[in-house]
Amino acid sequence: MTDEAIKTHPELSETFNQDEARVDWHDETLWWIRQKRDKSAHSIPEWEMLRETASQIKNNVLSDLGKYLVSFEEKALANGIIVHWAADAAEHNRIVHDILQKNGIGQMVKSKSMLTEECHLNEYLEQHGIDVIDSDLGERIVQLAKEPPSHIVLPCIHKKKEEIGELFYRHLGVPEGTSDPQILTEAARQHLRETFLTRKAALTGVNFAIAETGEFVVCTNEGNADMGAHLADVHIASMGMEKIIPERKHLGVFLRLLTRSATGQPITTYSSHFKKPRPGQEMHIIIVDNGRTIQMGRADFRASLKCIRCGACMNTCPVYRRSGGHSYHNAISGPIGAILAPNLDMKKYADLPFASTLCGSCSNVCPVKIDIHQQLYKWRQVIVKEGYADTSKKIGMQLMTFTLSSPVIYRTAGKAGRWFLKHVPFAVNNKFNPWYKHRDMPEAPEESFGEWYKRNVKQK
Amino acid sequence: MKVGLFIPCYVDQFYPNAGIATYQLLVKLGVDVTYPSGQTCCGQPMANSGFEHLTKDCNQLFVDNFAEFDYIVSPSGSCVLHIKDHLHTDKDEQKALVVRTKVYELVEFLVDILKVENLQSSFPHKVGLHQSCHGQRGLFLTQMTELVAPYFSKPQQLLSQVKGLELIELSRTDECCGFGGTFCVVEEAVSSKMGKDRVKDHLDHGAEYITGADMSCLMHMEGILKRENSKVKVLHIAEILNAE
Repeated sequence: MTDEAIKTHPELSETFNQDEARVDWHDETLWWIRQKRDKSAHSIPEWEMLRETASQIKNNVLSDLGKYLVSFEEKALANGIIVHWAADAAEHNRIVHDILQKNGIGQMVKSKSMLTEECHLNEYLEQHGIDVIDSDLGERIVQLAKEPPSHIVLPCIHKKKEEIGELFYRHLGVPEGTSDPQILTEAARQHLRETFLTRKAALTGVNFAIAETGEFVVCTNEGNADMGAHLADVHIASMGMEKIIPERKHLGVFLRLLTRSATGQPITTYSSHFKKPRPGQEMHIIIVDNGRTIQMGRADFRASLKCIRCGACMNTCPVYRRSGGHSYHNAISGPIGAILAPNLDMKKYADLPFASTLCGSCSNVCPVKIDIHQQLYKWRQVIVKEGYADTSKKIGMQLMTFTLSSPVIYRTAGKAGRWFLKHVPFAVNNKFNPWYKHRDMPEAPEESFGEWYKRNVKQK
Repeated sequence: MKVGLFIPCYVDQFYPNAGIATYQLLVKLGVDVTYPSGQTCCGQPMANSGFEHLTKDCNQLFVDNFAEFDYIVSPSGSCVLHIKDHLHTDKDEQKALVVRTKVYELVEFLVDILKVENLQSSFPHKVGLHQSCHGQRGLFLTQMTELVAPYFSKPQQLLSQVKGLELIELSRTDECCGFGGTFCVVEEAVSSKMGKDRVKDHLDHGAEYITGADMSCLMHMEGILKRENSKVKVLHIAEILNAE
C-alpha cells in the first residue's frame, strides 16, 4: 500500500489498463448503472427543477453554515444526543476511541461512512486494539481483501463475483469456487448477524442532518446501519459538517434525488431517522471539519461541499470507468474526489485534476449541480501556480507559448514540424512519443491552410 | 456581415482540408469571409494544462486579429468554447469581452445565424456523428443525454440536409473520445482506451466515415483507426456539408 500511495493516476491507471477485458467489464458495469440512473431520472418530468432546488438549498446551507450547525447542535443536545466537534481526522478518531474506552468496548460494528474512510478510522482503531467490522456488504468485502473502497456507493465494484467467492472461501468458509451472488450474500448475512448481536457499539455515517430538529438520516439499502445501531448500547454517528439541511421538508427533495442519481432506484431501501437515544442507549454525533472550512474559504471550490455522495459523477465519468477507483489513490475517487482531494494535500493529489478530459458529463449528472469539470480546470491553474507541475511539462508549455505567441515563429515551426513528420517520421513515431504508443500520427499535408489561402484567395 | 475565419493551429497545420471546406462553404452561402493571417492559437493547450497565465500574448493576438469582425467563425467547438469562456487581455478587456460574444462554432453559425435549411450537398455514405464534448456540453450543439430535456441536435439538423447521407445509430451517443488536449499524452493509457472504445462503437454500427464539429477528436480517432488499419475515415463536418 505504501508503494501504491506514491504512484500517480496515470501510472496506476496504466497498470489497470494492462488487462483490457477487465477494463471493458468495469466500464460496462458502471455504464449500466449510469443507464439505470438515466431511466430513473427521465421518469421524473420535474427532474431538472429538483436538481436546481437541491442546489439552491445547499447554496443556502453553505452561506449560513455556522448558524445551521449551532441550531442542529442545540436541538440534538435537547434530544439527548451527545455532540462532539472534531477539527480534523486525528481528533475525530480520538473521540471515537475515547467513547469506546469509556464504555469498555473493544469491538465495534460500522455501517458505510466515507468520512471514516477519509479519516482512516479503521487503521487507527486497529492500532489501538479495537476490532472493527464493516457491515455494508461491499465494504465488508473490501475489508476482507484489505483494500480501500474503489467507489463511494459501490465499494467493491472493481471485484468480480468469482473473486468475492474466493475471499469468502478463505474468510467465511463457503465452499471453494462459489460465485452465486445469492449464496455469497447469504454467507455474509449469517456472518454479519452474529456481529450485530454481539457488538456493543455501532458507528454509522450521516447522509442528512436536519438543523430544524436535531435529527439525522442514514440511507442504506441493506438495513445494516439500523441493525447495528438498534442492537448496540452506544451509537456513534460521524458526519462531515456540510451534511446539514435546514428543514425536514427538504428531505423530500434530497431523498428523491440521492438514489435515483446513485443507482437508479427511486429511494434507498432504508432511510432511517435517528432523533434521540432509546432508554439506556448512548447516542453520539461527531461533527467533523477536516479541511472543510478551508475549502469553504476557496471561492472557486466551495461548491464542492454541496456533494451528497451519490457517486453519479463516477458512474458517468469515462475516465473513472476506465481507470478504476483505486487509481485515484484517495478515499473519494472519481471527479468529485479529484476536486476535494487537492484541498487536503495539494502536492499529493496534484495529478487528480488532470485525470479528466473536461468532458463535463459529471456536472450534468450531479444532483446538486456542482460545476465539477469547471472546478477541475480551476484546480489545474492553482496547482501550476503553486508550483506542483513537473518541470518537463513547464518547459514544454513555455516553448508552446513562445511558438504560439508570434505568427512568424508559429508559421516557421508549423512548416518545420510538417516537414519533419513527412521526411523523418521516425523522429516522432517512436516509443518516446506517448501518442504513438496506441495511435498513428496525422499525415503531414503539403501546405497549411494559411499557405493555401494565400495562394488561392485574392487578398482584400 | 463581415466574418473572420478562425482556423485553429492544428487544423491549419495538419487538417487544411477542414479549413478549406469551411471557407468554401461560407463563401457558397454568400458570406463575406476573411482569414486574418496573423492568427495562431486560442491558447487552450496551455490553459487546459493549468498554464492559463501564459496565454496573455496568444489572447492579445486573437483580439488584435479578430476584434474588427461582426462574427468570428471556426470549425472547432473546443477552441470556440475556450475563447468564449477565457479570453482576457490586460490591454483592452472590453474588446476581449465583445470578441467572446461574437465567436461561433461553424455548425451553430450555420444553424443559428445563417439559419441554413437547404444545403446543396451530397454525400452518399454511412456516417457516424461524434458529439465532441466541448461543442455539445459547452456550446449546446446537441442536447445532452444526462439532462431531462427535449432533444435537439444542430449538427444532425445540417447532416439531414445532405443528399444520400445515412446517419448510423450509436450505442453511446455522447461519450468522450478521450482526446482531452494534453490529456492524450499525460494520461496515455486511459486516453487511448477511450479512443478505441469510441471508434469501436462507430465500426460496430457500420460507419464508413466518422464526422464531427471538432477536428481534435477526429484526429484522435483517426490515429486509432489508422493503427488498426481500418478503411474507415474521419472527415470534419464542414467537408461533408461542402461535398458535392
